Amino acid sequence: MSQEFLPAFSLENTAGEQVKFPTSRYTLICFVKEDCPTCKTVTPILNACYLAMAGKVDIHLIGQTLDGNQRLIEEFELDIPLLDDSALMVSYAYDLEIVPTLYWVDKKGNQLQRHEGFLKQDWRSLLNEVCDFSDCRIEVPWSKLPEWRPGCGSLSVDPLIAERLHAESENSPMRARKIEIGSSDDTFEFMYDQGFSDGLPLVPPTPERVLRMLDGTRRDPQEVIAEVAPNMGSATIEKIAINAVMAGAKPEYLPVIIAALEAACTDEFNIHGVMATTMGASPVMVVNGPIRERIGMNMKLSALGQGNRANATIGRALRLAVRNIGGARPGGTERPTLGNPMKYTMCFAEWEERSTWEPLHVERGYSRDESVVTLFCMTSGPVLIVDQTSRSAAQLAGSMGMCLEHVFHPKAYMASDTLIVVCPEHLDTLARDGYSKEDLRNRIQEITQKPMSELVEDERSGVGIPAEKFSAMSIETQNSSLPKFKSNKDIHLVVAGSDAGKFSGAFHGWVTGPMGSISVSKLIEEA
Amino acid sequence: MNIIMDPTNEQVPVERSLARRNGKIVGKLALLNISKPRGEVLLDRFETLLGERLPGIEINSYTKPTFAKPAPEELRREILENNDFLIEALAD
Repeated sequence: MSQEFLPAFSLENTAGEQVKFPTSRYTLICFVKEDCPTCKTVTPILNACYLAMAGKVDIHLIGQTLDGNQRLIEEFELDIPLLDDSALMVSYAYDLEIVPTLYWVDKKGNQLQRHEGFLKQDWRSLLNEVCDFSDCRIEVPWSKLPEWRPGCGSLSVDPLIAERLHAESENSPMRARKIEIGSSDDTFEFMYDQGFSDGLPLVPPTPERVLRMLDGTRRDPQEVIAEVAPNMGSATIEKIAINAVMAGAKPEYLPVIIAALEAACTDEFNIHGVMATTMGASPVMVVNGPIRERIGMNMKLSALGQGNRANATIGRALRLAVRNIGGARPGGTERPTLGNPMKYTMCFAEWEERSTWEPLHVERGYSRDESVVTLFCMTSGPVLIVDQTSRSAAQLAGSMGMCLEHVFHPKAYMASDTLIVVCPEHLDTLARDGYSKEDLRNRIQEITQKPMSELVEDERSGVGIPAEKFSAMSIETQNSSLPKFKSNKDIHLVVAGSDAGKFSGAFHGWVTGPMGSISVSKLIEEA
Repeated sequence: MNIIMDPTNEQVPVERSLARRNGKIVGKLALLNISKPRGEVLLDRFETLLGERLPGIEINSYTKPTFAKPAPEELRREILENNDFLIEALAD
C-alpha cells in the first residue's frame, strides 16, 4: 500500500495554544471556511467527533480566516477550538483546492483517506470506521443531512492569494533574503532609507511581484549571469528580477535587462570604469530585433524622451541592478563631477523598418530576426545636430562632422567615439543621394580633419598635443592631418525619431577602446 | 507586516584592520601611477622628496595600464609581494 505523508504543521488554536501535527495519535483533519455552506454542514459533525473522541483521536478543524473562525464558533457554539490558518500556508502546503476537505491520518502522518466536499455515504462510512477504531459513539443526525453537497474553492487557490503563497512557500524558486517591514513603517520611505533608490520612488519588490517578474524568463532564478563591479556581487536572475520590479518593469522586459547586464559586466564594456569616472559616463542601451515590437518599445516620436514604459524602466532596471547588486553609488565608487540625467535611464529601440541601412545589430554580426541589446558608453548628449537647410547628403554629413568636432573638446582628437541617432528626415536626405553608413562615416572623418598644428596646446587652450611632443615629431608628421575618430568603427549609427524634424542627435563617448569602454552587444533570450 | 525581497548582493564586506604602525618608514615603497595625465609629474616629485627625507627606503615605480579599470591581478600581487608601503596617485 502506497504511503502519502501529509505535511507537518504547527498552528495556533482559538484557545491560544500551539497545536502540532503529527503526534503519535491517529488524526482527523478538516479544512473549512466560514462563508462555505457545505463547511457549515460538516462543522457540527467535527464538533461531535471532538466531544466523543478527545484523547483517543486528534481532531483538527482548520479555518481559513480569523473572523470566519470566530463566527463559526459563535454560530454553532463549538467546543472544538479552531486552528488558525489565515496565513493559508498549511492550506497551500496541502495543495488544497476545495473546502471542506477531510483527511483520516495514521499516527505517523500517513494519509489513509481523503474526501472533498460532502458525500454523506463517504463521511458516514469513514466516521463509523473511526468510531470503531476509537471505541466511541457520535451523535450525528445523518437522516437530516443532504446526500451530497459540493464544496467551495479554498482561499489558498484564490488567484489573488495563490501567487503570494507560492512566492512565500518552501519550494519557492526564490532564495533572496526577505525583508520584513513593520506595518507601521512606510515601505517607500524604508526603501529610500536602505539606499535602494536612484532618488525616485521604487515599486516594492514583494515576493509575488518578483515571482511574476521571473515568469518573463525561462532561465533558472539562481543562475549567476555576471559578477557586478565594484563589489563583484553575484547577479542571479532572481536579483535582477528584484531590481526590475523596483524599476517598474514588466516581466516581458526581463530578458532585455538580463542581456544588458551581461553586456555591461564584460571586460570590454567595463561598467566599473563607466560608473566610477569623474566624467559622469553612463550606458546607453539600443534594442534591435523583433522584441522591440513585442514589448512595445518606442523608436519613433520622442524615442529618447519620456513616456514609454519599456524604454524608461529597462534603462532604469540596469542602473538599479548595478547600484544594488554591484554597489556602485554616488559618493562611494561612483565619482562623477556633475553626473548626468542618463544615469537614471537611457534605453531606446532602433526604427529598423524606417531605415534604408542595415540595423545596428546586423552590422554587428546578428541576423535581423534576432533580438539584441547594444550598450554604448556616453558622457554627453544626445547633442542635437540642427540642420534644416542642407539639401545634399554631402552637406548634411558635413554638418554632422562639424557638430562632432566638439566631442570632448575641439582639440581632443582620436580619443572618443560617438553614437549618432539619425532622424528620419535626415535619413531621407542621405538616402536620396545613395549614402551608405560607410559614406556617412567617411564624410564625417573627412570634414573633421585638422592639421596636427591646430591640435597642439597653445595660449587659447591647454588641451591638445603637448608642445614638446609636437616639436619632437618629424616635419612630415607635423604637416599631416587627423580625423576626429581613430577609426570609422568609432562612429555608431542608428535610426530613430519621428518623421517630422531635421534634428539628429549624437551621444558622445568616453575613453574608447581597451583603455576605457568598448560597445558590447548581447543576444536577448526569445520568449 | 509587509515583505520585500532584498535587491542587494547580501554580502557583508570583510573588515580589514590597518597594518601596525611602528613610527618608522623603512623598507620598500611602491609608487603607483594610475595613468592619468601628469600623474608622473606628481609621483616624480614624491620620489625626489621622499628620497631626501627617508634615506632608508627603496622606491619602486609602477604604472597601471589604464586609469579606467582596476589594476590587473598580477600587478597587485607584484606590488604586495615586493613592497612594504604603497602610494597610489591620481593627477589631472
